[in-house]
Amino acid sequence: MSLAKYRTVLALAVQNTLVYRWNFLFRCFFGLIPLAGSLYLWGAVFDARGGAAANGFDYSAMVNYLLCILALENLTVPAEDEWQIAADIRDGRISSFLIRPIDYLGYRFANYAGTRVVFTLVTMWPVALMFWLLRAHLAPPPDALTWLWTAIATVQAGVLQFLISYALALSAFWLLEISTIVFIFYSFEYFLSGRLFPLELMPPWFQEIARWLPFTYEAWFPVAVWTGRVQGAAVAQGLVIQAAWVIVAFLGARLMWSAGLRRYQAVGG
Amino acid sequence: MSALRRHLAVYRMFLRNSVIRDMSFKANFLLWFLTDSLWFVGQLLFVEVMFAHTESIVGWGKWEVVLLIGAHQMISQLFQMLFYVNLTAFPELVRTGRLDLLLLLPVDAQFSVSVQRFSLDCVVNTLVGAVIVAFSLAKLGILPGPMSWALFSVATILGVAIHYGVMFLLACLCFWIVRAQGIVFGYYSLVSLSRYPEAVYRGVFRFVFLWVLPVILVANVPARILAHPEESHVAGLAQLALAALIALAGSRLVWLAGLRRYGSASS
Repeated sequence: MSLAKYRTVLALAVQNTLVYRWNFLFRCFFGLIPLAGSLYLWGAVFDARGGAAANGFDYSAMVNYLLCILALENLTVPAEDEWQIAADIRDGRISSFLIRPIDYLGYRFANYAGTRVVFTLVTMWPVALMFWLLRAHLAPPPDALTWLWTAIATVQAGVLQFLISYALALSAFWLLEISTIVFIFYSFEYFLSGRLFPLELMPPWFQEIARWLPFTYEAWFPVAVWTGRVQGAAVAQGLVIQAAWVIVAFLGARLMWSAGLRRYQAVGG
Repeated sequence: MSALRRHLAVYRMFLRNSVIRDMSFKANFLLWFLTDSLWFVGQLLFVEVMFAHTESIVGWGKWEVVLLIGAHQMISQLFQMLFYVNLTAFPELVRTGRLDLLLLLPVDAQFSVSVQRFSLDCVVNTLVGAVIVAFSLAKLGILPGPMSWALFSVATILGVAIHYGVMFLLACLCFWIVRAQGIVFGYYSLVSLSRYPEAVYRGVFRFVFLWVLPVILVANVPARILAHPEESHVAGLAQLALAALIALAGSRLVWLAGLRRYGSASS
């Protein structure tokens, strides 16, 4: 099997997305507004506490955490993949993939990766500006090994997010409208992945449950490795759990695909 | 006066069609209600987490912030009930050239673009917001008088007008940028600022979103009217009214400029 065709898909995705760079910049810029809002809010919370840390977080740690989440989101969150996949199924366009020597999952992944590259290159500048403005609060890890673990955790987080979006989108084989399912899932993900606030602010029993859920490994875990909140053996353990969820999501996506194809009627194809 | 009556008659038809359409997709209707409720519960959960670590934020206690979020929910759901779906669909009308049809009708095109579809599910969500407002007032032990409720209603309507102005303005950018899906994102980003007490914002950021794009005030003014009946709210209401006026007039100007640029598509 050759990978060349997937490389071509990736290159095409890069070209296609470059056309929409203004749309990306727009999105990224607007994404910074709620972030600024929550930074002000936490500023007020820590003022009210007289600067005292909450569950190990002071204001600087909070800023550092939320900025790392921002960077991670720009690197990994699938932008419109789920809607495109659902539309491909609904409009019968996947028929043309079934007769070509290309795997749809591989095609979508190459497409996702290509889009992410451009998205990151475009949105890097506003994000970098934000980092520079708040540089006093940043605390990059001192040792190279943490950089490496963070890189691995970030890649796995990206793959996991992609596979989950892909599997959710495949529900279009059974449903006419997938947006409610997707948004219900996202409402859980938003909280449980630690995007809104660090999971450390939740009670210990909650954190113990969250440690075994896939959501934690979509965003919180890579940032926790980077900021040194997860250390030593816990890093290795976390990476293994994360990899396990990637495998589960992959198998789940494959299963849904073959079950879905049995139902597929190529409407409009 | 006949122009107004014509618009009202048209609106009655829009309303009828939308309700019939929503009722024929009952499952979808229920799912959207569930989705919105989940997001709302999430916001309340966030308040709970925050107040587990502090007594008050810039002078606002927990139930005052819950009241604020309830007011935000009411205003944004009222806006979504009347306008939201229409404004998200608008860029697609421009891109495909289907706007032509609406321009030919003998009613104002901004009117038909904005109110064609009415979202029934948001009625329920608005009520959920109202219940939260009432519940937090009970927790605070405040019983606002009829005057407070009247002012609250005025502030709510002005808030809906600001939501509309901001999103319509963003949607009109589609006359210049072909792919404008970013607007939905932009709308949520901007109005999310009004969920927090206005005093948390500082510096240039505060200035911009208090005066240039005045989204911070939207839920803050009505929430204060109910939470502090003893204060005077003239200044707050005046600023809100001015902001609504600017948002509506500004978006109308951008719409007119956009129409001059519009050259239809494909056809």
